[in-house]
Amino acid sequence: MFIETKNLVFEYIERDEEGNPTGVKRAVDDVSLQVKKGEFIAILGHNGSGKSTLAKQLNALLYPTEGSVFIDGMDSAEDENVIPIRQKVGMVFQNPDNQIIGTVVEEDVAFGPENLGVPTDEIRQRVDESLKVLGMYDLRLHSPNHLSGGQKQRVAIAGVVAMHPTCIILDESTAMLDPGGRAEVIRAARALNDVEEITVILITHYMDEIIYANRVFVMNEGKVVMQGSPEEVFSNVETLRALRLDLPVVTQLAESLRESGVKIPSGILTTERLIEELKKCR
Amino acid sequence: MSIILNHVSHIYSEGTADEVRALDDVSLEIADGEFLGLIGHTGSGKSTLVQHMNALLKPTSGQVLYNGEDIWAKGSDKARIRSKVGLVFQYPEYQLFETDVFTDVCFGPKNLGLSRVEAEARAYEALERMNFPKERWYMSPFDLSGGQKRRVAIAGVLAMKPEVLILDEPTAGLDPYGRRELLDMLKGLQRDEGLTVVLISHCMDDVAGYADRAVVMEKGKVFMNGTPAEVFFRHRELEEIGLGAPSVTYIMEKLAAAGFDVKTDVMNVEDAAKEIRGCLRI
Repeated sequence: MFIETKNLVFEYIERDEEGNPTGVKRAVDDVSLQVKKGEFIAILGHNGSGKSTLAKQLNALLYPTEGSVFIDGMDSAEDENVIPIRQKVGMVFQNPDNQIIGTVVEEDVAFGPENLGVPTDEIRQRVDESLKVLGMYDLRLHSPNHLSGGQKQRVAIAGVVAMHPTCIILDESTAMLDPGGRAEVIRAARALNDVEEITVILITHYMDEIIYANRVFVMNEGKVVMQGSPEEVFSNVETLRALRLDLPVVTQLAESLRESGVKIPSGILTTERLIEELKKCR
Repeated sequence: MSIILNHVSHIYSEGTADEVRALDDVSLEIADGEFLGLIGHTGSGKSTLVQHMNALLKPTSGQVLYNGEDIWAKGSDKARIRSKVGLVFQYPEYQLFETDVFTDVCFGPKNLGLSRVEAEARAYEALERMNFPKERWYMSPFDLSGGQKRRVAIAGVLAMKPEVLILDEPTAGLDPYGRRELLDMLKGLQRDEGLTVVLISHCMDDVAGYADRAVVMEKGKVFMNGTPAEVFFRHRELEEIGLGAPSVTYIMEKLAAAGFDVKTDVMNVEDAAKEIRGCLRI
């Protein structure tokens, strides 16, 4: 098991203006989950449901208040495991503009491996490789400032890939992008998962991006309240609505047809499947 | 006849090596009380365009008229124009700074020179309109969730009682429920109070669902201008510039291609379901 959390709890102290504690907020509440190497996982949940806090537990940016997190068998509560864990699990955040530091694309990508103390020749090789994987090699000498949002996010991902991680977490990395940019990033994530066999954890509000996942975790108030294949999760229409979540558009359409008496099954996630089912109705 | 842009061009860093023509001869009229959706990929000139509408940027050439007055004419009251044309920037929550929510919302009206009583009355009204929970009015804005912060920031602009409200991607990063809630609220302001709304969005479904008119920007020019139905009918051209159509449009196209006799220019799930039922005679 690559990632394993056992009864993970994370609490933080809420403070007022003067810094006096006013209460305790439980952001992650008794989460036990397992992720295998090479899986493509999606995490869903409304704003404030604990998704990002959970993600930060998985690369030791935060430590458990109770319970434990094991990454490749390493306990994140042990100090000496922190650096190896962060090397195995890379994270890409939401805003493309505040995670790029280099003045040239390839320099930015080199930052991670440089910090790991990788020898210079190997850095060169890793930077070229990861830029090629992300389709950014031709722009390697450009300034990141002149790239589009989708390109910047791919540079950020390339920076993580150059550190040779086992797993990449995309924490709403498509939220600020236009449709073209979103498609670029999702395509890149799927390629990394398929070809490079990197474990991908995708946190998103866009339901249409989730259909590619092997498994979906749905979070609410710090707990994992549903998990399963996208088909299983999106079959529970009422539960999802109660959790303030949407369905992919094609699923909404299928549900609307079903409710008005068209005889098709629930949990339809792709247009191809909808067409197949509708053909039987003719 | 509220805002008219007449052959407006804007060049950043004119005369230097970094010269960028961000707007190129844009002529556009925004009618009183309309809900305009503004789309275009990152860097197409949308944000530069809206900053001309409230006199934050001065055109390199061309004119901007507000209610028939040239806003850059000698002696024009730009402060008044900025209070009438409210602009909510992308990620407005980063601009909150006061010690509590209520004081933050009072900041705008106070700056207009209103008395404390009047400013507080405006803040009260704006927070009520945003449906902001009363128990949080005196909390520090920094202790709120992202969606709540954003509502406070928008309330701060509403408290200035603008005639036109421009929002730069107000739904980025919100969960689907929060997104709908915010858009419904904007639609309500337009319907009930005659507010003119200009919405910059990357989400084609939002523009299709809420806007009366859609304007597409590309390379600093107006690329398309029409009802959402007219604009999204040309989605092949939109795809070439990194945009697209609402998701249902694609579903209907695939259905049509698979031999179902359905119209493809539908823009929401209800109409799509009606089309399909009609075709299946259910």
